[in-house]
Amino acid sequence: MPDLLLELFSEEIPARMQRKAAEDLKKLVTDALVERGLVYEGAKAFATPRRLALHVAGLPVRGRDVREERKGPRVGAPEAAIQGFLKAAGLSSLDQATIISDPKKGDSYVAIIEKPGQETVAAIAEIVPAVIRGFPWPKSMRWGAASAAGASLRWVRPLHSILCTFGAETEEPEVVPFEVDGIVSGNITYGHRFHAPGAITARRFDDYVPSLEKAKVVLDVDRRKEIILNDARTLAFAQGLELIEDEGLLEEVAGLVEWPVVLMGSFEERFLEIPGEAIRATIRTNQKCFVLRQSAIGTRQSGDVATADCPLPTAPLSNRFLLTANLVASDGGKVITAGNERVVRARLSDAAYFFATDKGPLPDLETFAQSAEELGLKEFRTKPLDQRMAKLDKLGVVFHAKLGTQGERVQRIAALARELAPIVGADPALAERAAKLAKADLPTEMVGEFPELQGLMGRKYAELQGEHPSVCAAIEEHYKPLGPSDRVPTDPVSVAVALADKLDTLVGFWAIDEKPTGSKDPYALRRAALGVIRLVVENGARLPLSEALTSAAVPILSHKMIGWRPDTTRGDARTIVWHKLGFDLLAFFHDRLKVSLRDTGARHDLVDAVLGERVAHPGIEATLPDWLNRASGSPSPLAGEGGAARSAVTDEGARDASDVDALQTQAGEGGATPHPNPLPQGERGQGGGSDDLLLITHRVAALARFLETQDGKSLLAGYKRAANILKAEEKKDGEGAFAGAADLQLIAGAGLIEEKALAVALANATPAASAAVAKEDYEGAMAALAELRPAVDAFFDQVTVNDPDPALRINRLKLLNQLREATRAVADFGRIAG
Amino acid sequence: MAVSATLPDAMNPTRSFQGLLLTLQRFWAERGCVILQPYDMEVGAGTSHPGTMLRSLGPRPWRAAYVQPSRRPKDGRYGENPNRLQHYYQFQVILKPNPPNLQELYLQSLEAIGIDMKLHDIRFVEDDWENPTLGAWGLGWECWCDGMEVSQFTYFQQVAGIECAPVSGELTYGLERLACYLQNVESIMELNFNGLEGDEKVTYREVFLQAEQEYSRYNFEHADTAALFRRFAEAEAECRALLEKGESGERHLMVQPAYDQCLKAGHSFNLLDARGVISVTERQSYILRVRELAKACGAAWLKTAGGSAIDNGYRP
Repeated sequence: MPDLLLELFSEEIPARMQRKAAEDLKKLVTDALVERGLVYEGAKAFATPRRLALHVAGLPVRGRDVREERKGPRVGAPEAAIQGFLKAAGLSSLDQATIISDPKKGDSYVAIIEKPGQETVAAIAEIVPAVIRGFPWPKSMRWGAASAAGASLRWVRPLHSILCTFGAETEEPEVVPFEVDGIVSGNITYGHRFHAPGAITARRFDDYVPSLEKAKVVLDVDRRKEIILNDARTLAFAQGLELIEDEGLLEEVAGLVEWPVVLMGSFEERFLEIPGEAIRATIRTNQKCFVLRQSAIGTRQSGDVATADCPLPTAPLSNRFLLTANLVASDGGKVITAGNERVVRARLSDAAYFFATDKGPLPDLETFAQSAEELGLKEFRTKPLDQRMAKLDKLGVVFHAKLGTQGERVQRIAALARELAPIVGADPALAERAAKLAKADLPTEMVGEFPELQGLMGRKYAELQGEHPSVCAAIEEHYKPLGPSDRVPTDPVSVAVALADKLDTLVGFWAIDEKPTGSKDPYALRRAALGVIRLVVENGARLPLSEALTSAAVPILSHKMIGWRPDTTRGDARTIVWHKLGFDLLAFFHDRLKVSLRDTGARHDLVDAVLGERVAHPGIEATLPDWLNRASGSPSPLAGEGGAARSAVTDEGARDASDVDALQTQAGEGGATPHPNPLPQGERGQGGGSDDLLLITHRVAALARFLETQDGKSLLAGYKRAANILKAEEKKDGEGAFAGAADLQLIAGAGLIEEKALAVALANATPAASAAVAKEDYEGAMAALAELRPAVDAFFDQVTVNDPDPALRINRLKLLNQLREATRAVADFGRIAG
Repeated sequence: MAVSATLPDAMNPTRSFQGLLLTLQRFWAERGCVILQPYDMEVGAGTSHPGTMLRSLGPRPWRAAYVQPSRRPKDGRYGENPNRLQHYYQFQVILKPNPPNLQELYLQSLEAIGIDMKLHDIRFVEDDWENPTLGAWGLGWECWCDGMEVSQFTYFQQVAGIECAPVSGELTYGLERLACYLQNVESIMELNFNGLEGDEKVTYREVFLQAEQEYSRYNFEHADTAALFRRFAEAEAECRALLEKGESGERHLMVQPAYDQCLKAGHSFNLLDARGVISVTERQSYILRVRELAKACGAAWLKTAGGSAIDNGYRP
């Protein structure tokens, strides 16, 4: 079977786009082939800096013939119908139609249209130009004289030639003939830009690849990566060094060369005073070179630049680096190495200068005095990092146009971190201090140059000015975790600041209505919520989420940019707004928790069961504790008035709260502005688990274990049976018809023994389960429910629920209802699958 | 290096700074470029020269090359940083439309200044160029020689907010950096300017160190900010006024004087920025104001003899 070989030869394609472009080329071409019925055996795409290539193996020479029958009118039908048929079928006269006979319908015309399969070459000649014209480059351009006209060809960089051949192994392949904007397809390509710039004729894939190799082009990026990695390791090993591997850099470097040649360079040892991460960032980002460290064995010594968390932990960096050239130089690479060393030296001089500058005091210190005072940085005159924070504030660097400056944000985070500290077991003063310095490295020279070093440089500078070790760690770690696989900090100070940072972000963007939508999450809010969840769960922290969110919300909603000012005379618009925002945000957390639990293998339905109604109707059951009073700055005038005010808010206020203007108008017009009322503490106990991420995860785990047991499975079956019966009977008698306790006297008098046993079991198990839940002893709660199992099983074996005696029937349904309620103490069993 | 044997030291690109400049001029002159002289105003980059900024707009072919002193007040280091100056030279080539072999021409120009392709690792590394104050962007590369960026290579897609039709190819050589490499010195100040030795040798330091020190003092400490704010406003107003007065039906008769005012506004902004008196939020709005002027000038240019189609019967 014949093969297709396609190569699009251009000027240098950005490294980061090559792999995706090759995949796109494969998909677009093969999809179009398949769409035309041209099925292939295999396809593989390739990319180098100057070419995209595609090999499609095992194509047919031509597509299958297509035979189509088109039914026409009966014989003798009116002329108009006949003409319509001829036109539609593309026939010139009825002679070309066939007559078929049907015993029932009589004779009628049929047009048999036979389309011979398209030659594959012709199909390719149509497909490839279309793919090229519509190619999905992230950014494309026009070029040359043709660009004077409006719709000239776009490509990632100028496209120079197209090689396209098709043919079987046994014969001379033919060039698939087409033309795209003046570029005519052929069987010519070009080798390495400097080693073999001449034209190469390629017949098919089998000779194309070796021809390119001879012309110093390695077609396959994965092979280039392998070569680089192997050569790099070998060179390192020969010097007793170890390569610091870096997949991202390797991929990029492999996209910058067609013929990789790895060379080793060095720099002055004095530069090793610069933190290793900064050396690596400099050399990696600017020079695209790999760094090396002393081989791990036996080289631990003082001057180790590693930290607990950075990727250079085992041994200090060496003063060598590895570059990947695209040339076998005539001098063996001496000049290339020397040139790279010059640049590395200049870059490291810059980095050394940045480091020295950042460690020193700022000029014009007094201009930052007021900022320092407002931030409570009392010792800023002697502490360089404090000066940077004061400078950040003084410069008024904006965090987000609607959320104010970095300085304001740091103030909020510091206050919140202090408040959260006791919850996570941190010293409040240290948490506040760490938060005040957490962003202080942003205006440093080093972070300005290498943004990816934020946090890490802050830690270094904090260490240099003698901050508490937990403060230093928190400065670096408060950004963590950065994703599902990132490490979660454990130092309580880090946890407090990390939580404060993320909660402030979440509440802030919620307040300005910049929530994630679909695939768009520009502020990484999902990641922030997941971060909160992992911080809480993995550290076993008991964070009252609503309260924490509210503490975060108070200063944000008061912010001048947001402009929701408290109006204590008429109730507080902020409170109403927050009522809705808070519910919404809690629901978002529940969503993220579900995703996170599911990712760790928990059953989705069990999470739903534990969260119960709240997921579907966050506004109804979510608990809002007494923060509302704090939000308005004074005790709520309506506190304690109960249900009426609450429902007014949920029904009216909350619905309109997304529109601030409407809200304020409402607040102005309605004399008695509804004021939300905290739910009584008692209500939090049972359902309040929705506020405690740790408890939810514990509950899900306990429930999962319980359902693995025979008791659990059986009880679940019993529950389902009860629920089904109740559902059916409630249709007849109405919702709530079986609420309330069963009549124990009736059971004692007229009931069966199994009925009595269930009543007794329920009377024991229900309070036991609730008590266990109240103590957060979910295993205990499950055990209490397990006690119900024999009674439930026996009840269903022996008792007819729908007894002819209506009193007995109602009473038995009440028992089942009690069973349903008893399980609700632990989870909504109705949401459990199976 | 290949060229060194044939040229006297004073003209040799690997021995003298001026030799580098002259070699590039000669190289591009031989390839049909008009060799312009530096624009006589303060600009931040060679792109701002009307020979690029205005001439890259409209349909008329254009090939030019020139040296342009680039003023970047903020980059001043009082002459103390080996690689950073507030005044340095760019060599600028603009070819409209870009010839299909522009990369090859560029590589030949490197050969001409003494870079041997058998010894040096030349790479085209993605760099999408954008100049927000000129409303211009293009795709291209940083050109690396042994890991060092020696040029910018850009296919202009948009200038002054206007689609380029046809596209121009722009090459910008950072002359000092390139010369450091060719002469194998570590600091710009050490460059041999005239290629001679002994008493006759003139270094870059002798020519420019004092200027770097004086201008750094001016840029960072003494530039009159009140006057600069005023000059910015005046230049902005005059630019607009000239654009208005130059309107003549389908034609425009006064684009270049207006564009000069746009450049003046841009330089005043750069100085104010160096003086640290423009806050982060204001900064963006100043950039936008300059861009608006640049866009208006670009749009007006298309209505001039130089900016409109050739066969329109109109001559200046």
